[in-house]
Amino acid sequence: MSLHLDGVSKAYGHTSVLRDVSLDVPAGSRIALVGASGSGKTTLLRLIAGFVEPDAGTITLNGRTLAGPHGSVPAHRRGIGYVAQDGALFPHLSVARNVAFGLPRRERTTARVHELLDLASLDRSLADRMPHELSGGQQQRVALARALAQRPSVILLDEPFSALDTGLRAQTRNAVQYVLERSGVTAVLVTHDQAEALSFGHQVGVIADGRLVQAGAPADVFDAPVSPGVAEFLGDMVMVPAVPVTAPLRIVGHPTGTMQVNCALGCVAVRHDHSGGAKEVSAMVRPDQLRLNADAPDGGNATVLAVKPAGSSAEVRLRIGVHTPAGIAYSADTEAGLEVVHKVPLHEAGRYVPGSAIDVAVDGGVVLYPTPVS
Amino acid sequence: MTRQPTVPARERPAPVGFVALVVVLVAGSLVPAGYVVQAAISMGWPALSELVFRAHVGHLLANTALLMVFGIPLALVLGIGAAWLVERTDLPLRRFFAIAFAAPLAIPAFVASYGWASAVPSLQGIVGGVLIAVLSYSPLVYLPALAALRGLDPALEDTARSLGFGPWKVFFRVVLPQLRLAVLGGVVVVALHLLAEFGAFAFIRFDTFTTAIITAYSSTFAGPNAAALGVVLALLCLVVLVIEGMVRGRARYARVGSGAAQQAVRLRLGRARWVALVIAIGCVVLAVVVPLVSVVRWLAQTDPAVFVDLAGAAAETLLLGTLGAFAAVLVGLPIAWLSVRYPSRTVRVLEGGSYVASSLPAIIIALALVTVSLKVVPALYQTVATVVIAYVIIFLPRALVPLRAGIAQIPQGLEEAARSLGVAPWRARLRVTLPLLLPSLAAAVALVALGAANELTATLLLAPTGTRTVATQFWSAASAIDYPGAAPYALLLVVLSIPAVALMFAHATGRRLR
Repeated sequence: MSLHLDGVSKAYGHTSVLRDVSLDVPAGSRIALVGASGSGKTTLLRLIAGFVEPDAGTITLNGRTLAGPHGSVPAHRRGIGYVAQDGALFPHLSVARNVAFGLPRRERTTARVHELLDLASLDRSLADRMPHELSGGQQQRVALARALAQRPSVILLDEPFSALDTGLRAQTRNAVQYVLERSGVTAVLVTHDQAEALSFGHQVGVIADGRLVQAGAPADVFDAPVSPGVAEFLGDMVMVPAVPVTAPLRIVGHPTGTMQVNCALGCVAVRHDHSGGAKEVSAMVRPDQLRLNADAPDGGNATVLAVKPAGSSAEVRLRIGVHTPAGIAYSADTEAGLEVVHKVPLHEAGRYVPGSAIDVAVDGGVVLYPTPVS
Repeated sequence: MTRQPTVPARERPAPVGFVALVVVLVAGSLVPAGYVVQAAISMGWPALSELVFRAHVGHLLANTALLMVFGIPLALVLGIGAAWLVERTDLPLRRFFAIAFAAPLAIPAFVASYGWASAVPSLQGIVGGVLIAVLSYSPLVYLPALAALRGLDPALEDTARSLGFGPWKVFFRVVLPQLRLAVLGGVVVVALHLLAEFGAFAFIRFDTFTTAIITAYSSTFAGPNAAALGVVLALLCLVVLVIEGMVRGRARYARVGSGAAQQAVRLRLGRARWVALVIAIGCVVLAVVVPLVSVVRWLAQTDPAVFVDLAGAAAETLLLGTLGAFAAVLVGLPIAWLSVRYPSRTVRVLEGGSYVASSLPAIIIALALVTVSLKVVPALYQTVATVVIAYVIIFLPRALVPLRAGIAQIPQGLEEAARSLGVAPWRARLRVTLPLLLPSLAAAVALVALGAANELTATLLLAPTGTRTVATQFWSAASAIDYPGAAPYALLLVVLSIPAVALMFAHATGRRLR
């Protein structure tokens, strides 16, 4: 019992939009598909909804083939709910009539509408309002209630929060997640917002260039991105050239035999090795992993370039020295080195004086990739 | 909240049957154009050149050229100037003038001509022709200029001023260039009207191709003489359209924004304010007051018996106009739907075809329908059906504008949302798209019906014998110099035009029609 995509491809004219996408969404689970604009994620959603037909591959839902080589089920017979980017509420109908739109005539009762408004955490008094009298967040929740009214086995959400203001966005997102959780419906969300994707549900799928490049539990995907591209897409990162250390050293807190690399940030443990045995490798570090020490006894491996207050935190701009086979080459007055911006709490900003040397260490290990050919 | 078009237009190709339907409709509307080509070919060059290269045609060409050379620039200056005064200066009573400058549209040119000619009998020839044309048609430049000015972001003008431009320099270097496309559209309409107008010029005995064709038609029917003149007239229209295409270049539509957030700073005219006021009053007096006073003056002498006939004529006009309007909307709906929902090269060509078809003067459309109905479907000759077909071809653009805008305003996502709620596509259109499209459908019907109610040229030629519309009754009285007898019809024609002009004004000024 699940939504299953197998080798789905789609092209518009000569432009390939989706290539060989396979995906499994277990019943009752939630998946977020994330990708840059133009990556094909919206097309994927529209294929599942039935607004577009795939060129190749099959889509099945609970064992029933929705689209495949032998034709496809039209959108209105799929039993799949769809919430568009702007809600797509019917502007000429009241909230109640919007919510009841797809219900059989005898089910279009006030009681049912109220039940659905309750489910979407909407006040019942909104029932007689027209869509233009609602806030953007309310419109989205009405659209959700309208979709849930069909008791769909899957609900598709196409960037439903992107048109909302920042504050309203987080609030609506939480409300929608809560509703989905309560109704136990299988949900597929499409978004270009990494934070949104990583917090949405059980799975996250990263789409780039029409391919599903990685899918899995959000924590796993964030922890071990399959490529620097995915890593970069999912959040801020620093890539530094690294050299594997042939004779593993013992490092406190790491099991023996852990692979290590030497890089500008010192000798650090490798959390995941995606280098595939490449000769030139680079280590990926999230800025959150960096530990700054301004009082290091022996100077440090980095220099503070500037400190810029930014609200509750301050941005410390650092230049980390360059690794050479002979050791760390570092000079305060050359342009060499790696620039990194690290956030520190504002009250600690005074410790970092521009021009001074500090020590930067990595907490939690790095992910290794082949160095991209530039 | 902004709606982003997430649905790529290329997602689904237009259904073949649907395209075929539109091809048939556009091909049908191109029958008059085909008639012109066929007439030219069948006559052959020797016969055609004999009919074309003579002093009479030279005289008509000279008249047409003079009319264009004086009429178009004057209409441009008047139209843009009026829009600018109303929209960007502190002209007194500008709210009143905003409407008053559009008001001449409610007076059909042939009624204005009647008003002038019966008040100033010496008004004749090119002077009279240019005067009537400029007064009647400058609103066709004024309205798009007004719309474009309203849509312009005042920030552009503010920025130009901050860069050290004076008010005049801002107008000529920043504002005017942006009005170009909108105004060009108005100029083309004016030029086509100048070519097509019959009644207004016939009154003041100013000969143009259209009046000459009607004269030729009434003496020799659809003979070679009328056809030859028709060929020249059609060529002139083609010249107008080609020049438009060249000037317009690659830009397709005037970019008129959804309305400026803040009000543009109005230029303080100082003492010139009163000069401007006098000029504005003068324009309104000449274009509106003189014809209307003249009509009212004759009305006082009208034989009461005429008023009895008025109701019958009004009913017949309403019937013909409504039939034409519904037919035009039925034809326009698939064309508009295709062009908005499935934009492609083919569709643009089809749209261009219907545009060319409707650009032909009514007299040519009428001549073509007379000839085609006589030769191909004699049963249609002088029937209501032929009149309705003529109305559809002539007024299709009037229907297409609100239909296109209406369809474009309905997000495709709404139909998809309905389908995802388990509603079949055709029911989704019925329950969602149709209710949302109703205001546009109503506007389209109203615009065509009201236009058809004023139509004179094609109705004169095509209507079944004994048909008495308001326009034809007006014409038969007025052309027999029965000025008092024509007055009630003239007044009714003006009254019938007011709703259409109100619709156009509301559209130009961006007010929602509800």
